[in-house]
Amino acid sequence: MNKIDVIEQIHIARALEVRKSKSESGTSAIPSFRPGDTVVVAVRVIEGEKERVQNYQGIVIARRGSGINATFRVRKVSNGVGVERIFPLYSPIIQSIEVVRQGNARRSKLYYLRGMSEKKIRAKLS
Amino acid sequence: MSALLGKKLGMTSVYNDKGDQIPVTVIEAGPCPVVQVKTKSTDGYSAVQIGYGEIAARKINKPLEGHFKKSGVEPVRHLKEFRHLAETLNIGEVLTVEVFQKGDKVKVSGTGKGRGFQGVVKRHHFGGVGMTTHGQSDRPRAPGSIGSSSYPSRVFKGLRMAGRMGGKRISTRNLEIIDIMPDTNILLVKGNVPGAINSLVEIVKH
Repeated sequence: MNKIDVIEQIHIARALEVRKSKSESGTSAIPSFRPGDTVVVAVRVIEGEKERVQNYQGIVIARRGSGINATFRVRKVSNGVGVERIFPLYSPIIQSIEVVRQGNARRSKLYYLRGMSEKKIRAKLS
Repeated sequence: MSALLGKKLGMTSVYNDKGDQIPVTVIEAGPCPVVQVKTKSTDGYSAVQIGYGEIAARKINKPLEGHFKKSGVEPVRHLKEFRHLAETLNIGEVLTVEVFQKGDKVKVSGTGKGRGFQGVVKRHHFGGVGMTTHGQSDRPRAPGSIGSSSYPSRVFKGLRMAGRMGGKRISTRNLEIIDIMPDTNILLVKGNVPGAINSLVEIVKH
């Protein structure tokens, strides 16, 4: 392992420690999930002085990057409008990641889901 | 003022307390022994010479060997002099990353990456021609006119043209120190730093 990897590991551990200290269950484990899975990402939102947790549920359509720069992209349809959010996997603003449903995708990047109806997506991922 | 010599290791990113992702350059800095302290009375100016890097004993030539012997410091690969460095430093004293603190603003200098012979678009940010009609399909990155004709009948000195680019000393100022790891001599500096990976850099705090 080179020196930069070591530093990344230290900072990943530090970021996960923040996650652990804020979570009720006291865990910071990241579940293994793949593109196609439906996940709930609990995000800490800071509004002025107050801090609250907001859940964001959607389908993981891509994962990219490695080490501390790893991110994943979650798509959902909110009030008829498609929304995609990119989360850094180790970001301290994420409280927890939970896999609700496992998908069955044969591709690593599911950008083709963007133009599809919900029904078609369900058929494609089951 | 404090200064250190170091080696650029590469870049990564870290998170701050707010959860923002910050790009950082990883620098292995120090330990830097003070090899010589120059004073106004003996040398005509005041400066501190510090060293950095391991080197095999057989690679030290005779004059340098004498220089190191005089100060009683283990031979080092690089030597750099800094004016205005604290004059309280003594020969043999070793500077480590702990001369800096988190949040300090530093200047990092080094030799930038050599780009070779480059045209004016890359070297001087010329706009290029911008279109390939009206008979100029073969010169979209050309410099254009370099001056008028019969007067002055010459090209002005210093006119920006194609040529060797990079490989020169560059300094980046006001870089924030994000983290210090004293046990591994590592500094994390916000943003990018001149030079290629494994090149020598100077880190100076005023």
